[in-house]
Amino acid sequence: MLSLTCPCCGITAEETEFAPGGEAHLKRFGPGSSDEDFESYLFARKNPKGVHFERWRHAYGCGKWFLAARDTNTLEVFATYKAQTSEPPADVIAKIKAKRPDWEGYK
Amino acid sequence: MSDAVSALQGETHEGFVTVAEAGLMGMITIRCDLGSKGLAKALKAERLPVPGPRRIETVEGRSIAWMSPDELLLICPHAEAPALTERLSAALSGEHALIVNVSDARAMFTIRGAKADQVVMKLSPADVATLPAGEIRRSRTAQVAAAFWRSGEDEISLVSFRSVAGYVIGLLEVSARKGSELF
Repeated sequence: MLSLTCPCCGITAEETEFAPGGEAHLKRFGPGSSDEDFESYLFARKNPKGVHFERWRHAYGCGKWFLAARDTNTLEVFATYKAQTSEPPADVIAKIKAKRPDWEGYK
Repeated sequence: MSDAVSALQGETHEGFVTVAEAGLMGMITIRCDLGSKGLAKALKAERLPVPGPRRIETVEGRSIAWMSPDELLLICPHAEAPALTERLSAALSGEHALIVNVSDARAMFTIRGAKADQVVMKLSPADVATLPAGEIRRSRTAQVAAAFWRSGEDEISLVSFRSVAGYVIGLLEVSARKGSELF
């Protein structure tokens, strides 16, 4: 079972209280961008077996979006942090590195 | 004007605890920056505090609950709600705030008895056993959103949307049937 802690209200709840929002930290390519960039923004998603960054919404709770760093293989959650970040914060990266020394890093 | 009636008009069921629709309740939703001085002042004028995260405070028959980082729920007697909404709206007119009387969009239930929390335990993924008094937990009961808190000794109050009130009383009635206690 996947348990997440919402950083907005501090509740730790299981998966069914949350709504998944797909990959986090996407850069938007809109009108005026190249076809390749636009296509990759729309369709290309990472699908790693291991460390992954995701968007989640506390749908049945406070209703806020947040981001989570977790392992898609073991369901271990490394950290949850606020949605207003364009890339994983340094402390989150450090936590993942401590637990997964062979992780190739973000990007 | 026609008389206001609650969703289920006080429907009550007796099981190992008593579950009942609480009847008409006033509910006002307040959305704004919860740290603002204007909000603290407006609520102080009504003798209400600004609750901390996930807290619910009861003062003189009114309760005020923290629903999210920018939302409060004020529960009061039904007849009081329209005037109270107007007073708060006027007090917060200078702020980026929204105060709406949602009394008729909600239903409230009370579960009363020594094993009241077991009724909710069966319906919600929340850890009801460790829910402290004075904390409101927004979660779900079976398929629908609900918020609940310990409103007294051996009593839990639960709020849901009015449109699903019939579903919620059904859940509570089945969950409270005699012989289905968890422990």
